[in-house]
Amino acid sequence: MSDTPENPKKPMEASRRAVLMGGTAVAASLFAPKFLSASDYPTAAVNTTGLAVTDDEVTIGILHSITGTMAISETGSVQAEKLAIDQINAQGGILGRKIKYIQEDGASDWPTFAEKAKKLLVNDKVASVMGCWTSASRKAVLPVFEQYNGFLYYPTFYEGLEQSPNVIYTGQEATQQIIAGIDWVTQTKGAKSFFLLGSDYIWPRTSNKIARKHIEKLGLKVVGEEYYPLGHTQFNSVINKIRLKKPDVIYAIVVGGSNVAFYKQLKAAGIDMTKEKPLLLTISVTEDEIRGIGGENIVGAYACMKYFQSLDNPNNVAFVEEFKKMWGEDIVIGDVTQAAYLGPWLWKAAVEKAGSFDIDKIREASPGIELTTAPEGYVKVHENHHLWSKTRVGHAKEDGQYEVVFETADLVEPDPFPEGYQ
Amino acid sequence: MFADYTMGELGAIFAMQGFAGLILFSVFVLMALGLAIIFGQMGVINMAHGEFMILGAYVTYLTSNLFADYLPALFSMYFFLAMILAFFVAGGLGMLVEWALIRHLYKRPLDTLLATWGLSLILQQIYRSVFGAREVGVSIPDWMMGSLPLTDMIEVPINGIFVMVLAVGISLAVYIMMFRSSWGKQVRAVTQNRVMAGAVGINTARTDRLTFGIGCGVAGVAGSAFTMIGSTGPTAGQLYIVDTFLVVVFGGAASLLGTIASAFSISQAQSVMEFFLSGSMAKVLTLLTVVGILMLRPQGLFALKLRK
Repeated sequence: MSDTPENPKKPMEASRRAVLMGGTAVAASLFAPKFLSASDYPTAAVNTTGLAVTDDEVTIGILHSITGTMAISETGSVQAEKLAIDQINAQGGILGRKIKYIQEDGASDWPTFAEKAKKLLVNDKVASVMGCWTSASRKAVLPVFEQYNGFLYYPTFYEGLEQSPNVIYTGQEATQQIIAGIDWVTQTKGAKSFFLLGSDYIWPRTSNKIARKHIEKLGLKVVGEEYYPLGHTQFNSVINKIRLKKPDVIYAIVVGGSNVAFYKQLKAAGIDMTKEKPLLLTISVTEDEIRGIGGENIVGAYACMKYFQSLDNPNNVAFVEEFKKMWGEDIVIGDVTQAAYLGPWLWKAAVEKAGSFDIDKIREASPGIELTTAPEGYVKVHENHHLWSKTRVGHAKEDGQYEVVFETADLVEPDPFPEGYQ
Repeated sequence: MFADYTMGELGAIFAMQGFAGLILFSVFVLMALGLAIIFGQMGVINMAHGEFMILGAYVTYLTSNLFADYLPALFSMYFFLAMILAFFVAGGLGMLVEWALIRHLYKRPLDTLLATWGLSLILQQIYRSVFGAREVGVSIPDWMMGSLPLTDMIEVPINGIFVMVLAVGISLAVYIMMFRSSWGKQVRAVTQNRVMAGAVGINTARTDRLTFGIGCGVAGVAGSAFTMIGSTGPTAGQLYIVDTFLVVVFGGAASLLGTIASAFSISQAQSVMEFFLSGSMAKVLTLLTVVGILMLRPQGLFALKLRK
């Protein structure tokens, strides 16, 4: 696609959190959110397919794991989605209707995800679903969403290689996250050799494949590539291997409980990341994960993603404040949590642009939707259902926060099927 | 693959790989000892073993917070107290569980598998409700987190040494308790012949409870030590349970020496293969080898000679 988005308008102070710049169909005032009245949009007209929409309410689904091993990661997404729904309701809801949600627990079990998705779509007739976290759970619900024509907002950064008419991907796909980071580390840190490391499943493997392609295209060297089973807790051998190979960059995509073990053992082995010899660049550690790892164990590492809690812009300052007000002072917000927060807002914008809750009309309306109020800054929905977004590099500090040291000048185009990278 | 490196580098790497293997060995021993007592001596398949370990980890977390808030001056020493507390808390819970659940199931060993699996789910949910679904970060005193540079290339992680010392210490303690104390004699008597042991005046119910408690307590200490190298979350115990059973079964269930021998062989094999192959392949090969050996020797490496 060649349509680079025009320069984002600066959101006004007074309404920075509240206002969406929808498409042409919505005339939202910048200063006071306009309360659309439900009577302007009779239910029969905005809901022709029998979704759970009444004269004063619309029901959506939230489908995440709140039990099981993934609860660690998915809790933040649920919190963000509830915050967004509350805020939308406080502004008068969508087409004059308040959002009601039905929350289902995927229980970290992929067949359960599919079953609950079917329940939400068939029994509850929800107008959209915010949900899933792992690629495995998304792959499990995908056929259900396509069969029953549901609409899913999926928040996680993931490996790409997918584009469904029934999903909007609010996280980054792999090329958005990876290429900018590798360019940055080679240009500013003079990195020449890389050691790729990951947990053994589709996302790290695909991501490392893209990373390797890009590194080799730049004429640089990959000196090692290693995968460890999910939940692996002993990394001493690979740390020795890293020592022997002396790479300039350790490119780490370790996830879950393994993450904690890896960084603790790296530190214990005397690899001081603040010296940047080798430098550690990760795409899998958000502020959420640092809580488990401990800031003192990862200080000095770099992470490459689209959002950090420390981002200094008015949208984000307000978002962080509201989030803490709702969920407690000591909470942290990671990349995926922010992406999950975008879900309800993007859906609202799409509904208002389409003037209807019908899935087919929302799908048509979605590409081109812009959000100037996103905590990460301006985003726009691409034809391929992913988001244009900036990629940033953060430097881990002792207190568990990242300091943003780099951001791409322009929005990075999502490219879920990168040519020559597969 | 070694052509690019100097002899010095190679020597250093072999030395460090040796340490890595020993650390893994110590970790396995710590994980498996508690289970070896419970599974090996009592025949109870304790699927909640990992959760008892995580209980120890959470106790450590609470202790570290307590010290950070009230006794910051003594923070660098809190870990020792935490391990002792972990032993008693996990051991206490173990005795409670034995009294409430396990003792009714001694005659139905396979049912203990289901019951303790249920217990593990309950414990996980309790941890989740109390401490939250997210992992907690346990702050470790600074002196335990660095490494000891022996030469330019060779650096030994201090927490690794700590785990090794702990593994040796606990193995010795368990050995002395099992083979040099009257309690140990009673445990072994009950294992070998419950009815006869009761007939000669051993309080078998009390012995069972204490044995289960000590097994769980050892698991708690292991969990406490693992806060240095691993994660502390409601489901983190699941990361250890497979390896733990592997070590105990491979070693021969009823033999403590077997447990140690099997921990040693599995850890060395895995650590060497991880170095030469990739992590996933190392795991696959280790498991295949273990399965192969168990097919030839179902009783494990070491088995008590019993007249059946």
